[in-house]
Amino acid sequence: MPRRSFVCRCEDVTLLELDHAIELGLSEVEELKRYTGLGTGPCQGKECMSVLVSHLVRRGLVDPTTVQPFTARPPTEPVTLGALAAGLPAEPES
Amino acid sequence: MMGKGRAQAMGSRRAELPSRVDIAIIGGGIMGLSTAYHLSRISSLKVAVLERSYLVSGASGRNGGGLRMQWGDEGNVALMMESIEMCRGLAQELGINLWFRQGGYLFLARTEAGESRLTRNAELHHRLGAPTRLLSGAEALEIVPQLDVSDVRLAAFNPEDGVVFPWPFVWGYAGQAVSRGVTVRTHTAVDRIEGLADGLRLHLSTGERLDADRVLNATGAWSIELNRSLGIELPNHPHRHEIMSSEPLKPFLDPLVVDLATGLYFSQSTRGEIVAGITMPDEGPPATEVDLASSRRFLAHLGRALTTIMPLTAQLRVLRQWSGPYDVSPDGDAIVGPSPGLPRLYQVCGFTGHGFMMAPAVGKLLARLLAKGERHPMLERWDPARFSRGGSTRREDMIIG
Ligand SMILES: Cc1cc2nc3c(=O)[nH]c(=O)nc-3n(C[C@H](O)[C@H](O)[C@H](O)COP(=O)(O)OP(=O)(O)OC[C@H]3O[C@@H](n4cnc5c(N)ncnc54)[C@H](O)[C@@H]3O)c2cc1C
Repeated sequence: MPRRSFVCRCEDVTLLELDHAIELGLSEVEELKRYTGLGTGPCQGKECMSVLVSHLVRRGLVDPTTVQPFTARPPTEPVTLGALAAGLPAEPES
Repeated sequence: MMGKGRAQAMGSRRAELPSRVDIAIIGGGIMGLSTAYHLSRISSLKVAVLERSYLVSGASGRNGGGLRMQWGDEGNVALMMESIEMCRGLAQELGINLWFRQGGYLFLARTEAGESRLTRNAELHHRLGAPTRLLSGAEALEIVPQLDVSDVRLAAFNPEDGVVFPWPFVWGYAGQAVSRGVTVRTHTAVDRIEGLADGLRLHLSTGERLDADRVLNATGAWSIELNRSLGIELPNHPHRHEIMSSEPLKPFLDPLVVDLATGLYFSQSTRGEIVAGITMPDEGPPATEVDLASSRRFLAHLGRALTTIMPLTAQLRVLRQWSGPYDVSPDGDAIVGPSPGLPRLYQVCGFTGHGFMMAPAVGKLLARLLAKGERHPMLERWDPARFSRGGSTRREDMIIG
């Protein structure tokens, strides 16, 4: 295996860092996201989620039949604030 | 992302629980863990923390990470001066990168009422030694050139306020507490509390039991569930607060900016994202349960306010939005100390939208209370019994969000 394998390319999380977090006792998708930062970049986990989960399955830490991805956060795709602001019906500012 | 901290075990669902402890802490958020950490530093009390889910699952993993001394009330200013002072050395103390950055807080007043609040606060801050300066709109532009200050009447800037990244903060306290002998058990809820002659018995979701001399209710916005089951009526209530994070940009925004007129706040994290929230109008009656939904209405409101005050953000793309529970106290003051009618159960709740920044100082003062009986001056006004005594007074008018 190459010296540095990246699990999450947006946030530069390596396999070594992931294994380090697992050694500390963490095993759940949500907590590993919040310890390593994996899945919090521009792709929002679309790339790294499956890598993370297959690694956890391989290490016997999660049950492949029940494991869930971390909560998907809106918006589905990045949207500009300008477009979002335009979606507000006109109302007087309080 | 967390840097090369010393390897420590974090809390885990497999952590072995003793059958009895001196202090059981319910809730593995920043309050519970900061208190556990400080207890382990100043005492040899046996301490266990019980967390229903994973460690950053509550408000402590969902907040904006803003820290400020700019408050309207003397006690809060002094407390936050202490908390920010503690943060300076904390990354080293906890062995983890907290991404603490003192870029200041810039408050903008666009109404006469806002202007007089900032003026009055600046006098108070000056007297207490907090380095807040009043600025004109033009001077505010020197700090954040991208702002539209056309109707800004006055601004206030404190260069020592700042932001942190909340997640490592929580992990840092947990790791240090564990390495100092605290048991941190995750994925285990306290379902019921039973009174014993010499303590309290916690019935856990795993079927286990844990007896403790004293128990700390550090469950934040969920605290009313446990309190009600014991007949303890406190007036705090959960309130959904939404927040968003943008695509990462090159560093350009030093301070966290607050627009007093709309309750909009935004900052740039050390990771480059713009993190922003706002006070939502017409939210209806107070909630009785924690609700973590996200709404498009929030993004629209926020978008309108942010693109007004900083027009170039119209091009900024939102990557994700989420929400978390504020634990609102009706008089704006936290609820900390022994419970009315059940003195073995201590409360540390009601921190509304500012518990994260206060947690370093609160964990320390609470550990001193529990281990040594020392009473920090804030404990008087934070007394959980003040509501039934009729002694609750609103002192603070700088609560944002
Ligand atoms: C969107 C948002 C933005 C914010 N911005 C800021 C900010 O910029 N600055 C700031 O200082 N503060 C901010 N806050 C407020 C801050 O996040 C909170 O005041 C603080 O995190 C509260 O910490 P806590 O430990 O009391 O609660 P929490 O972090 O909510 O922890 C309580 C824990 O108790 C657990 N629990 C509940 N019931 C049980 C049970 N029966 N058994 C076991 N465990 C249980 C929960 O799972 C949870 O993990 C913000 C809050 C939100 C929601």
